[in-house]
Parts: sequence; structure tokens; C-alpha cells
Amino acid sequence: MIDRKLLGIVAVLAAVVVAASLQSSNFLSGGNLETLLYRTSLYGIISIGAAFVIVTGGIDLSIGSMICLVGLSLPYLTVGCGWPVVVAVPVALGLSIALGWFHGFLVTRLDLQPFVVTLCGLLLYRGIARWITEDRSLGFGTGEYSWMTDLVETRWEIAGGFAIRPPMLLLLAVAVASSLFLTRSIYGRYLLALGRNREATRLSGIRTDRMVVVAYVVCAGLAGLGGLLFVLDGNGGKATSLGNFYELYAIAGAVLGGCSLRGGEASIPGVVLGAALMQVLWSAIRQTDLSTELEFAVVGGVILAWVVAEELLRRLGRRRRAAG
Amino acid sequence: MTALTPAERDPGAPLLRATGLTKRFPGVVALDDVGLEVRAGECVAVVGENGAGKSTLMKVLAGIHEPDAGSIAWRGEPVRIDSVQRAGALGIVLIHQELELCENLSVGANVLLGREPHGRFGWMSPRGVDAAARPFLERVGLRVAPSASLASLAIGQQQLVEIAKALSQDAALLIMDEPTSSLSFEESERLFGLIEDLRAQGVAILYISHRLEEVERLADRVVGMRDGRNSGELRRGGIDARGMVRLMVGRDLEVRPRQRHGVDGPPRLRVRGLRTTTWPGESVDLEVRSGEIVGLAGLVGSGRTEFLETLFGARPAVGVPAIEVAGRAQPTRSWSIRAAVAAGLALVPEDRKRCGAVLEMTIRENATLASLPEHKVAACGLLGVLDRRKERDTAETVRQRLGVRCASVEQRVAQLSGGNQQKVVLGKWLTRDAGVLLLDEPTRGVDVAAKDEIYQRMEELAARGVGLVFASSELPEVLALADRILVFHDGAVVGELPGDGATEEQVMQLAATGVGARAEESR
Repeated sequence: MIDRKLLGIVAVLAAVVVAASLQSSNFLSGGNLETLLYRTSLYGIISIGAAFVIVTGGIDLSIGSMICLVGLSLPYLTVGCGWPVVVAVPVALGLSIALGWFHGFLVTRLDLQPFVVTLCGLLLYRGIARWITEDRSLGFGTGEYSWMTDLVETRWEIAGGFAIRPPMLLLLAVAVASSLFLTRSIYGRYLLALGRNREATRLSGIRTDRMVVVAYVVCAGLAGLGGLLFVLDGNGGKATSLGNFYELYAIAGAVLGGCSLRGGEASIPGVVLGAALMQVLWSAIRQTDLSTELEFAVVGGVILAWVVAEELLRRLGRRRRAAG
Repeated sequence: MTALTPAERDPGAPLLRATGLTKRFPGVVALDDVGLEVRAGECVAVVGENGAGKSTLMKVLAGIHEPDAGSIAWRGEPVRIDSVQRAGALGIVLIHQELELCENLSVGANVLLGREPHGRFGWMSPRGVDAAARPFLERVGLRVAPSASLASLAIGQQQLVEIAKALSQDAALLIMDEPTSSLSFEESERLFGLIEDLRAQGVAILYISHRLEEVERLADRVVGMRDGRNSGELRRGGIDARGMVRLMVGRDLEVRPRQRHGVDGPPRLRVRGLRTTTWPGESVDLEVRSGEIVGLAGLVGSGRTEFLETLFGARPAVGVPAIEVAGRAQPTRSWSIRAAVAAGLALVPEDRKRCGAVLEMTIRENATLASLPEHKVAACGLLGVLDRRKERDTAETVRQRLGVRCASVEQRVAQLSGGNQQKVVLGKWLTRDAGVLLLDEPTRGVDVAAKDEIYQRMEELAARGVGLVFASSELPEVLALADRILVFHDGAVVGELPGDGATEEQVMQLAATGVGARAEESR
């Protein structure tokens, strides 16, 4: 099932790459590939987080605001308050994990709808971030803390202008760990099972509520990690703009990668490819003659076309099976 | 009020005459040459065991199913009832056991749903709806404002709304499926009064109930059904519980009686004072010995499922019951599914698709779901890494021991037949070596051959010392398998019979009338 979806997304990705490279000779240059992979790393990490919640049949709309709050807390605590980095980073990540636990608590114990809980989170966290930073833009400057931004800028050049950069390795680590967790650990099995049939899973003696909380914690934690990367990538940011709409990019990546919003279905390689497809699309629009005002429309259209095509293929398959 | 006898009121053609109705579903003949006659103003009760075909007959008359053969005449004219709309236009309305009303709308809007008085462009005035609904509410004696929200009504009042809705469609034949199953004593009394009134107005009632005392009181005629066929008829004056039980029992269900070896093993499970939230006033005790099969008989809704699920920790108990498993007292103050599983209890739930199996997952994944911690790679226990080989071995063991028919254990459970799905659900607990196995309707929706296999597995488990408790609405199956039979009625155990020597009549009489539980029932 997932394998077929994976093949599909690879095919779409390849088609867009070929189309874009025919339009623009620069598209397949080492430099552009590096940028694509680098952007995919940042968005891939938050997409994987979204996949964890989606697999339980839930949703997290607060990812973008979480990126904003946790991301900005890094320059705020270090440059602003003078905290050492080794303290500020764990505090920032701890904040995201605590908020994720809070989401999970509200969803399982009070039985609130994930959409509502995380919609409130979306408004709340951005509001708090704007209030604390007073809408000023925060950065790391050129002094004592500038080495942090160098961390994401570091390039280990391979060939033809293409270089490996630290976030790529981070995505690789997160993706491998998540994929093994989902497919090779008993806890991943619990998540997949409860996403399909929560009652049967509960009646098998499994603490489904606890696993749901874990999913929200992982999602928020990865959003927090993403927040740190995004704020370092931009050498700071502004609470009004940092992470805007990123929850939707994260969810779109996960859905393109084969996650079903009904729950119980996810493939981490697929999610990474989904995140990559989004980046390839953005890049293709910018490098070809398409006017950039159309970029949202193009991305939306491609996702819709893919989802429709997938559903039609599924029906065709079912009809053929019924006939044979 | 003395009602006229039907014959005096309408000497002509009956309101409804169905003949030779036959309805087949894949693997079953639900109706086999069934006939039924109902006259205007008559109350006809249909009785029969679960699966006797009552519901199918009602659904055929109400246009939900179309019969494969047979004919229906309405007021003497042959008709084809191919949709619920068609049935409604004729004046046949089925009132389901689970009411089908919109809780978010007002009482009046519910009565006239889909037939609201409206002006041009579909505009309607709430006041107009209220006014149009009022006479029907008065006819059923419901004294609430039409503008009241439906959700604010008690369940008995909601049922009256459903009847008012039927009357607003000019119903001439009301089919009521277990109308009193969720009503209080007073609410039921009010309903019976209304039924009398409706009959006096010429409305015919087709009444399905397991509660024989109600049938005895209301029916002009009782039609028995068994194995999808007519099994006889009783007329007013000759209607009594004994006669009705005789119409119901004696199904041609071949269940090979089990070799019973006189169970004298040590007690596996002892339950004292278990109260469910549905019947907080009834306290249930149960004892199961090692190697014993205890059958829980009773009608649908008699409290067996609630008892089993509460015992398994899937529902909260009322108060603190005492539960001993293999002689060890269990921590029932903080009772949960996990505690029950840890104590060695296992449950095969009633609703296989919703609660038993994860249909979209494979046989392997389902078979190990309840015992995944035992399938970890020992070296990295904390990370919970799955040992795939061990998992496959477990699944293969389940497949072989239970005889699951499949292409491979990597097949999705959804692709299996009902019987094989049930074997997988059962198998999930074999891997845990459960000492007490609770089964709720284990053979529901399972074909005959697979039923037999499930019986065999149950017997094998008992022979190995497991204590089994199973609830079943199929009497022959209870009689054939159980060492001991507990009969449930309204949440209480109203009788205990030995498996050897008990008759279907005895069990059905207890289950349907709850004799012996009268004192509690009046509360």
C-alpha cells in the first residue's frame, strides 16, 4: 500500500525535476541542488513531526507558531538575557516538549478535538511571542553569538558547488530514527494500530492515551527543533512573520508523502519526499518563467491533482480486484 | 375502554397481506416462504429468537430490503415496496430500536423533518412548523412545546416524538422494533396506553419484543418465527409465555453437544458484587473453575456485554467489586484493562470489526498486538525494538493452532472471512496464555463451519485448564457448550442451570420473563 504511494511520489518528484530542468539550465546545478536539499531538511523535520500526530488521526495546527515562539526564544534568551547557549537551547526545546505534552493532555484526558486545541495553540503562541518581543526583530548579531548561525551555514563541499550542510545530517538522523521507531518498535506499532482502530487497540491492553501524548510531544519537539533551525537560518527573525503558514507546509508534506488524515498510515521516507516535492515546486516556480505571484496556486494545484489522481488509482485498483 | 375486535371493525380485506416472502443474504436464507397478515386496528406481535428473521421481515415491509420472492398486498392491492419512501407513502412506518431523530433540532422540526410547511424559495417560519406539528404531538399525548429542543427530552418522550412523526405521515401500520428496550417502567406504561389509543383510531401495530409479558398484554395475535419460517400463531385468549416460548425454541441449529467431564478444577476466577453503570442496582457474582465453560444466556440488552466489559476493565464499575484470579485478590480500586490483562483475563469483544480486530493491519500485526512487549529484542528492551522473526513465529503459531485460513500471515485481516477474523482475535490472547477467557457472542457473523471450529478451540482451551465465560444469544450453542448456564435479565442473574439437562424452554422462559427477579424489577 505505502510502497505504491512511495513509487507515486517518486514519479511526481522526478517529473517536476525533469520539467524544471528543461525550462532552466540552472535547476540541476550543484548550488541549486544544495539549496533544495537544505530547505528540504528544515521543512522535512517539521513534516515528520506532523506525521506523528496525523498517524493517530489527529492534527497539529500550532507548528508554525511553535516555530516562532521556540525559535525566537533562542536569540531572546542568549542575546537578550545573556544566558549561555548550553542552557538556552535545552530550555527552548523543553518549552516545545512541555507544550506538546499539554496538547496531548487536553486531547486525551479532556477529550478535546485536536483541531480546536492546536488552533488555539496557533493563536496563543504567536501572540505570546509577539508580546514578549514587542514585534521587534531579534537576531544573533555579529558578536559573541554569531558562531551559532555559522553552524547552519557550514558547508562541506563535495563537488560541482554542492556541499553537505549540518541540517541535512540532522534530517537524516531524525528520519532514520523516526522510521525505525514507527516500523521496528512496539511503540510505533501501537501508534499505527490505534490510528486504525483505537477501541480494538485499547481492548488489547495498550495505553492508547499515553501513546497519543507521545505523538503530540514528538510533533511539538520537532517543531521546536525546526524553530531553532529556522531562526538560525534567517539569522534571527520577527514574531509577526517567522513560521507563518509552516504548519500547513508540514501537513502538506506529510499528506503528499502518503499519510492519511484518517490515521494509521504513514511512511517517513514518503514524508521526506513529500517535503522535498514542496521545495522542488517552489524552486521550479522561481526559476522558470512562471510569475511568482502564482506560486501558491501552483503548489495547491499540484497537491490537489496528486491527491485526486491517487484516489482515482485506488478506485481503479479496487474495481480491477473486484472484477478479477 | 373496550376496543372493538378487529373482525367487527373491518370485515373486508386485511390491511396488509404478505405471502411467500423469501430473502437470501450471502450464505443465509433470512426469510423462507413467510406469510403475515395484519388488519386495521390490530396489534400483531412477532416473536422469535435472535436470527429467526424478525428484523429482516420488518425491513422488507418497511422498504429497506426488497424480497427475492413473494408478494405483498396492501388494502387488497398488490404493491411493490422498493424504498422507505414508498413504504411511507403507503402508510407503513418502521420505528427502529435506536431512535432516528436529530438531537440538534426542535421537537416540531423532528416531527415534520423533510415535510416542513414552507413558502416560496424554501422559506419556512418556525411558528408555522410548530403549529403544524402540534396536533400530532397531542395525538401521542406528549405535552411539550414543539419549539423545545429534542435533546432536552427523556428517551421515552423522544420515542413519542418518533411516533408523532410516523402519524404525521398518515401511518396506517406502525412497526415497532423493541420499543421498550430503553424505557423506564412508567414510560413503557404510557406507551402501552398510546398503543391502545392508536388501535382505537384504526392504526395497526406490528410489535416486536423479547419481553413476553408485554406481548401477552398487548397483542391480538402472536406470530412465531424460527429459522426464517413461520412457526405458528397464537390468538387472543391463547397467548401465554409458555406457548410463545414453544413458538420460538427448537431451531434446526446443529451443534454437537460437548463431552463434559465434570469440572472440579481450582477456581480460576471469582467475582463478587460487580455492578455496572447501566444497572447500578444489580450486583453480579460469578465463579469459574479451571477447565470450566460458563455460558451467559439472556436476551439482547440483558446486561451480559456490560458485565463482561466491566469485568475486563473496559467500563468503569459502580462501587468496588471483589475480583480474584487464580486465588489472588486483584486491585479492583484501580481496575483497568491493563490490570485485567496482567491478571490473566482476556476479552473477545462482541463487535469484531470495531473492537476486536484492526482490520487494515495484517494477521501478524493483529496476532501480536496484545503481547508486543514479549516480542522485543531482549538486548535493547527499553527502546522496544521489535523482534520480527519472533513476531512471525507467533503469528504462524496462531495460524496453525486456530486453523486460520489465509494465503499468508502478511494478509490484511479485512480480507478474511468473519470466522477467520474471529480466530485471529482469539489468537491474540493465546499468545498471552490468558487464564480466563471472556467471549462476547464469539460466533456472531460467522458461518456454520467456522462456528464449529470456534467451539472446538474453546473446548481445547478448557481442556488445557483455561476458565471460559461466553455470552451468546444462540440458545443451542449455550446448551451444547456450557458446563453451567447463568441467565441474565435486566442486568441481573435470574437463574443458574446446569449445562447438562437444561432445556431451551427453561432458559428462554427465564431470559424472557426474568422469573425470580420480580422483586428487584419493580424498583
